[in-house]
Amino acid sequence: MKSILVSCAFAASLLAAPPIVIQNATILTVTKGTLNGSILIRDGKIVEVAEKIMAPADAKIVDATGQFVMPGIIDCHSHIAADSINEGSVSVSSMVGIEDVLNPEDIAIYRALAGGVTTANVLHGSANSIGGKCIVLKLRWGKDAHDMIFEGAMPGIKFALGENPKRAGNPTGQRVGAGNVPARYPATRMGVEDVIRQAFTDAKAYQQSWKDYQDKVARGEQALAPRRDLRLEPLVEVLEGKRFVHSHCYRADEILMLLRVADEFGFKIRTLQHVLEGYKVAKEIAEHGAGASTFSDWWAYKNEAFDAIPYNAAIMTRKGVVVSLNSDSAELMRHLNDEAAKTMKYGGLTETEALSLITINPAKQLAIDNRVGSIEAGKDADLTIYDKHPLSNFAKVEKVFIDGDLYFDRTSDLAQRQAHEIEKKKLVDKEKDQQRRAPAGAARRPAA
Amino acid sequence: MKSLALALLAAIPVLAGTDDTFLIRGATVHPVASAEIQNGSVMVRDGKIVGIGHNLAAPKGLRIIEGKGLHVYPGIIDSATQVGLSEVSSIRETNDTGELGKFDPQLRAEVAINPASEHIPVIRANGITTVITLPMAEGGGGRRGASSGIIGGQAALVHLDGWTWEEMDIKKSAGMTMRIPTIISPGGRFANADFPAEFGGGRFSFADSKKTYETELRELREFFEQARRYQKAKAANEKGFQTDLKFEAMLPVLERKQPLVVMAARERAIHDAVLFADQQKVNVIIADPKELGKMGPELKARNIPAILGPTLALPVRDDDPYDSTFTLPNDFFRAGVKFAFGTFNNQFVRNIPYQAATAVAFGLPYEEALKAVTLNAAQIWGVSDRIGSIEEGKWADLMVTDGDPLEAKTQVKQLYIKGKTVDLDNRHKRLYEKYLNRP
Repeated sequence: MKSILVSCAFAASLLAAPPIVIQNATILTVTKGTLNGSILIRDGKIVEVAEKIMAPADAKIVDATGQFVMPGIIDCHSHIAADSINEGSVSVSSMVGIEDVLNPEDIAIYRALAGGVTTANVLHGSANSIGGKCIVLKLRWGKDAHDMIFEGAMPGIKFALGENPKRAGNPTGQRVGAGNVPARYPATRMGVEDVIRQAFTDAKAYQQSWKDYQDKVARGEQALAPRRDLRLEPLVEVLEGKRFVHSHCYRADEILMLLRVADEFGFKIRTLQHVLEGYKVAKEIAEHGAGASTFSDWWAYKNEAFDAIPYNAAIMTRKGVVVSLNSDSAELMRHLNDEAAKTMKYGGLTETEALSLITINPAKQLAIDNRVGSIEAGKDADLTIYDKHPLSNFAKVEKVFIDGDLYFDRTSDLAQRQAHEIEKKKLVDKEKDQQRRAPAGAARRPAA
Repeated sequence: MKSLALALLAAIPVLAGTDDTFLIRGATVHPVASAEIQNGSVMVRDGKIVGIGHNLAAPKGLRIIEGKGLHVYPGIIDSATQVGLSEVSSIRETNDTGELGKFDPQLRAEVAINPASEHIPVIRANGITTVITLPMAEGGGGRRGASSGIIGGQAALVHLDGWTWEEMDIKKSAGMTMRIPTIISPGGRFANADFPAEFGGGRFSFADSKKTYETELRELREFFEQARRYQKAKAANEKGFQTDLKFEAMLPVLERKQPLVVMAARERAIHDAVLFADQQKVNVIIADPKELGKMGPELKARNIPAILGPTLALPVRDDDPYDSTFTLPNDFFRAGVKFAFGTFNNQFVRNIPYQAATAVAFGLPYEEALKAVTLNAAQIWGVSDRIGSIEEGKWADLMVTDGDPLEAKTQVKQLYIKGKTVDLDNRHKRLYEKYLNRP
């Protein structure tokens, strides 16, 4: 009997990962100041953050002497880990979703991890006024698509305003409909508003038809259920506050248009994406309660980006908007810390405000700030360790933890490179060898 | 005696009155060509540096700029840009980056540089005083995907200050841009053999690509041969000789007075470029290499320098180390190949210091990173007698900062081009102030 208990206890200890203590680090909590000390992690959660922590006997110690720990970076606008981005054939594509095309083997995931990113809002593209459904991921590299999904995070939908939704079928610099594909409505910003208003008018009617049906059923009457509409369902979820709207936008006029359309139909815009002229209507954005997720300094790549300024994040922050910096790019995603540093130059944000743009603020925008975005007891142990202060352009990422598990470690990455080279050479040699042996004209077949 | 007195009298007002004569003192001076000087001074007369050191005695009446707490660096140089040739990259009408035609050596980027471009004040606000503007061999006035040229034209080295491109000029023809033909992987940049053609993959076969490569190489060699025949005919003053603008433009290249700036991304392309330089006996600068491979010793042996593109870029192949672009500058440094940085665009020129900083984070010595945006660039473009460092006799292209210019949080406080104070105001600052103060 006793031996069974012992073996049970032994088995349990095998199942639970040992606690981790990150020691001697400069800890940038973002929400609770900066301290030199330790972080205790147990079962994937931050248990304690303090100057001195008694490490449990079985704890795994991570010595971070001279290093800086910050919350894992959150990118509120990414297209990594998706096999396709745009269903651009129609102006309302709310029936499609990124969740169905996730590719957990996209190398961009690992590269983003190596840039300190732990969470990404993976969005549909901007080809249409109302795009597809979006999903929040934790970059648990090596796991399958399902296990990468940020459990419990509110799903989203992508909207897009301005030049991109105007362009499909209406090529730049040509008369509308002059391309070799049929023109697709809308071709103007007026039309973009119309598409969104029409879609929500339809969604309201659809919502009402279900309410009527449910009322009848509740009254015990005979009733025929409405036909399900997979295109309108996500829009009803938006109306009912069950799905977030993340809208691509540039110009002040179109930003204001969307806020007013949302007001008209009684829903909220959760985040304005890019929002390069957000600084012109920061007051209205703050009043609506929308978050703003922008670039640090991209500009002039298209006409609607010609009034983009690197002070955008700072002005909107000063005017009370919750602002984040996003990448929209597998490359930029690797150095969002550098992007945050630029807001100290352009507009004079403080270090904490700059770091908030890539941690707690995007967490708030995605309503996952109870889980991630700062280093506090009770939150997920999603942490990035840099060799220097992350707002220095000379800093590089050393380690990245998600849920307390080490997903990137520069030391092991370097150590594995030679083995990878040897493995690659073997594979290439084998392929070459098979090509040589194959008789001329013989059909090539995959290696056994 | 009288004439001497007159000369002195004449000299004093010039010293005191003009915009390009002053002394910065009490600053930390970073000459790049030599060790930094704490509490140092830089004396400028008529736009030229006439003294650097600890305690320079200021002639009476000289304008003094107090540099306490500030740092003085040479102005930053971006060795590959589209500045002045492009305003809004997606709008063809605002782009003059690449002409139609396969061989366009006669084209001069400088004459198409718009001195009123909104990009210029935005870029120089971050301490960039000088750029190389490249005509890219991309065709169609700047629309990528149009028929692609091989020789793009003459790159211009310009100051980011001046009412006209003539006033901006440092070197009208600093290099001849060229693309070395390459075998492009099937499917182009979406290279993936598993990707069906109807989805944009496998748009051409390897055999097609190889054929194009061989044809282009042959055309390129023929073009050089024709240029040489033209050179001989001209030298011999042959009867019936007629001026040809294309071949005329090739003469400085053939005479090794002007380098060929050869776009070569992959190791194989760099190899081909080196081979081409050997065969044609021309000077070459490798532009925008994405890898070095085994080409280090070959480049070093021939003193061939390189202009490195963005450090902050994605690795070329999926299975490259994640940091391969971050470590590339250090690869070049360790191979003993001289290099400078370039952004190869417009909108990120102001970020060239951070391209250098990332290379430092991944191994490049700090001093080398700073040189790659100053002195090395000046040397590669053959103008180190005038710019690239704070040395006596050079132009006073000076950047005054409150810290390390390779750090994003650092502010550029003052900027001088040829000793003249440069206005740091720009479109972005104006919009910032306007909308920050919106009621």
